[in-house]
Amino acid sequence: MFEKEVAGIELSAELNQFISEWKEKPGNLIMILHRVQEEYGYIPREVALELSRILDVPLAKIYGVVTFYHFFKLTKPGKHIIQVCMGTACYLKGGADLIRDLERLLGLPVNGTTDDGEFSLEAVRCIGCCGLAPVMTVDGEVFGKIKSDQLPGVIAKYKGN
Amino acid sequence: MAYRSYILVCGGTGCESSHADKIYQNLKNEIEANKLSEQVQVIKTGCFGFCEQGPIVKILPENTFYVQVKPEDAKELVDEHIIKGRPVERLIYSASDDKNRKSVIAEEKDISFYQKQYRIVLRNCGMIDPEVIEEYIARDGYAALEKVLFDMKPEQVIDELKKAGIRGRGGAGFPTWMKWNFTKGATNSETKYVVCNADEGDPGAYMDRSTLEGDPHSVLEAMTIAGYTVGAQKGFIYIRAEYPLAISRLKIAIQQAKDMGLLGDNILGTDFSFDIEIRLGAGAFVCGEETALLASIEGKRGMPIPRPPFPATHGLWKKPTVINNVETYANIPMIILKGGDWFASIGTETSKGTKVFALTGKIKNSGLIEVPMGITLREIIYDIGGGIPNGRKFKAAQSGGPSGGVITEEFLDTPIDYENLAKLGSIMGSGGLIVMDEDDCMLDIAKFYLDFTVDESCGKCAPCRIGGKQLYGLLDKISQGNGELDDINKMEDISLAMQRASLCGLGQTAPNPVASTLRYFKDEYLEHITDKKCSAGVCKDLLQFNILKDKCVGCTVCARKCPVNAISGERKQPHEIDQNACIKCGECYEACKFQAITRG
Ligand SMILES: Cc1cc2nc3c(=O)[nH]c(=O)nc-3n(C[C@H](O)[C@H](O)[C@H](O)COP(=O)(O)O)c2cc1C
Ligand code: SF4
Ligand code: SF4
Ligand code: FES
Ligand code: FES
Repeated sequence: MFEKEVAGIELSAELNQFISEWKEKPGNLIMILHRVQEEYGYIPREVALELSRILDVPLAKIYGVVTFYHFFKLTKPGKHIIQVCMGTACYLKGGADLIRDLERLLGLPVNGTTDDGEFSLEAVRCIGCCGLAPVMTVDGEVFGKIKSDQLPGVIAKYKGN
Repeated sequence: MAYRSYILVCGGTGCESSHADKIYQNLKNEIEANKLSEQVQVIKTGCFGFCEQGPIVKILPENTFYVQVKPEDAKELVDEHIIKGRPVERLIYSASDDKNRKSVIAEEKDISFYQKQYRIVLRNCGMIDPEVIEEYIARDGYAALEKVLFDMKPEQVIDELKKAGIRGRGGAGFPTWMKWNFTKGATNSETKYVVCNADEGDPGAYMDRSTLEGDPHSVLEAMTIAGYTVGAQKGFIYIRAEYPLAISRLKIAIQQAKDMGLLGDNILGTDFSFDIEIRLGAGAFVCGEETALLASIEGKRGMPIPRPPFPATHGLWKKPTVINNVETYANIPMIILKGGDWFASIGTETSKGTKVFALTGKIKNSGLIEVPMGITLREIIYDIGGGIPNGRKFKAAQSGGPSGGVITEEFLDTPIDYENLAKLGSIMGSGGLIVMDEDDCMLDIAKFYLDFTVDESCGKCAPCRIGGKQLYGLLDKISQGNGELDDINKMEDISLAMQRASLCGLGQTAPNPVASTLRYFKDEYLEHITDKKCSAGVCKDLLQFNILKDKCVGCTVCARKCPVNAISGERKQPHEIDQNACIKCGECYEACKFQAITRG
């Protein structure tokens, strides 16, 4: 899903543009981090360093914020991100079973990434389609009322793509 | 009507995930191919509420309500309904057990799911295209803002809210007029802020999301009214990053409002200016708490701070700040237009107006509903929700999410309002309403919520940080069959300490699911502790699956179902489960047609 590699510390023109738009606004850090993660899929250390320099905030503060919020990631996720909803509605309808089966199918623990870097598996909280519980998403595409025996098919759809 | 027909396609997140966008495109293409674009308009709306039956398509003026539509159905809908005037019966809702079932139910008003609903907040959801400001305006949108700016003084706005008696919909139920009045009267700063709390942290609830997706302008309009009333020039909407569709619709709405002079400098030509910015949350439940939310907008770690001082006087960057929930705001334009007395005529003595709930869990018609305060849980679950599926029995409903508690069978007829729910040991909360049946273990539910709050505790204060972990540890121990009777007392003590000594609402309310399930389902806890049993069949450590030799016919179905090959046996011979290999998934138990597998 994220093609961008961390090439040294050269930030893209768009990212630089975004940062300069937000630079002077109070409370900009979280918005800028969102933009970084949108581009890289996580917050690379080199970029955090660069932000610290541009925004003139200590690296420790940036890491303090990044680690406080679940949404921000410090490691590179797989090419395809599988998220299984563990909100209450989905939990009651077997969300935990989906995770267990996916762990087995992909051979990785929840919050892990396959060795070939193809899939990451995450447990997330309500994605707002509780009417379709249990729900999972792959790269943002939602699969509702999903049953265990449909999982291999869903994975096959993304594998190698 | 400018057009002969309107085709409304649900563009809510639920239906979008079932290819509503393709349905919309296909319908548009069909209309164009038949050269009907001048006569028939295809509109993508917000959530209709009946997400369970989605994707939904509704055709006006006949009001025909189509459910579970597929992209390939577009041609038939246009050929039959639009061109030949014949409804497509096979797509019309006809729940065989809908009480109002005639032959087929073609209109929303005849569907049980909608009959007891009353829509104020969701008035435009499923009616208008949220990405077209003109459609909002055509339904009296921004008329309340106009009225306020030209005909009302700030005091009059506050009076109207006072008459309406509206209380905050974000959880605590604080009277909205008082908040606005405090901020209006604050003299410590000229700069003031208006903030909308769209963090919606309760896992399993999506009221605010749907409101923003289906009718973003109603919230922008209300925030602007708040700005005028309290004397603020700037507003912030703090919304979860996990809600991309709502964010994109808000962005479009803000831009359109600016283009039309309804937001920005000199609104409607007056000397009042107000601007709104979006700020993204980043997945921290505690950021729904107002002081933590404000810290997060300031770009910091979202840690709560003790109140007072309250945000009303010392909020964002220490300036006076009004902070309200999405649903609270969405009510306000209607209160201004129809009057506080009208609003106060709906609901109960202490709780006025309506409440939006996300009705989910073990319920036939799950979806988004808006009901008058004072309705009973029985009406919600059985009349609107259609009861419990698969012939199972109702056990409890949880309101208030991780801060709330359960409501049991015997209280199904209690009118729902803030006070009654508190008396039962639950809270109104923001609107999550999760129905549980006899297959759900109450101890497991409490453990689920505790796991959530422990994970989400910001760690600033000890009662929440340490107490939560201990409470979770005890629940875990009991669910594994290692519980002792004294653990119940321990849990009660810890709960009390957390409730009394935690700094913010998260820690204060985190023990509620435990306290509430202990209050109503103590037997179930005792069963886990003394009998080492979980009759609901949820706590895996207390389960064992066995095959009854005399009932097993050796059909091999269970062995083929077992995901870990724990079942062995020859064809036509009794099978056996290897207890060491079994992961207790229950697949075999469900699959056996001869009731040869026992769960104990
Ligand atoms: C842990 C915690 C989480 C909260 N989460 C939310 C939330 O997701 N949405 C919300 O509107 N209010 C939430 N609140 C309540 C807010 O602190 C605040 O009371 C509310 O935004 C005020 O708006 P209202 O008066 O319109 O309800 C939460 C409170 C606590 C203690
Ligand atoms: S109660 Fe919990 S979430 Fe609230 S301040 Fe204390 S540790 Fe943080
Ligand atoms: S409960 Fe699941 S793992 Fe255990 S024997 Fe049955 S199918 Fe296999
Ligand atoms: S609980 Fe899973 S989508 Fe809401
Ligand atoms: S998302 Fe379509 S009805 Fe709710």
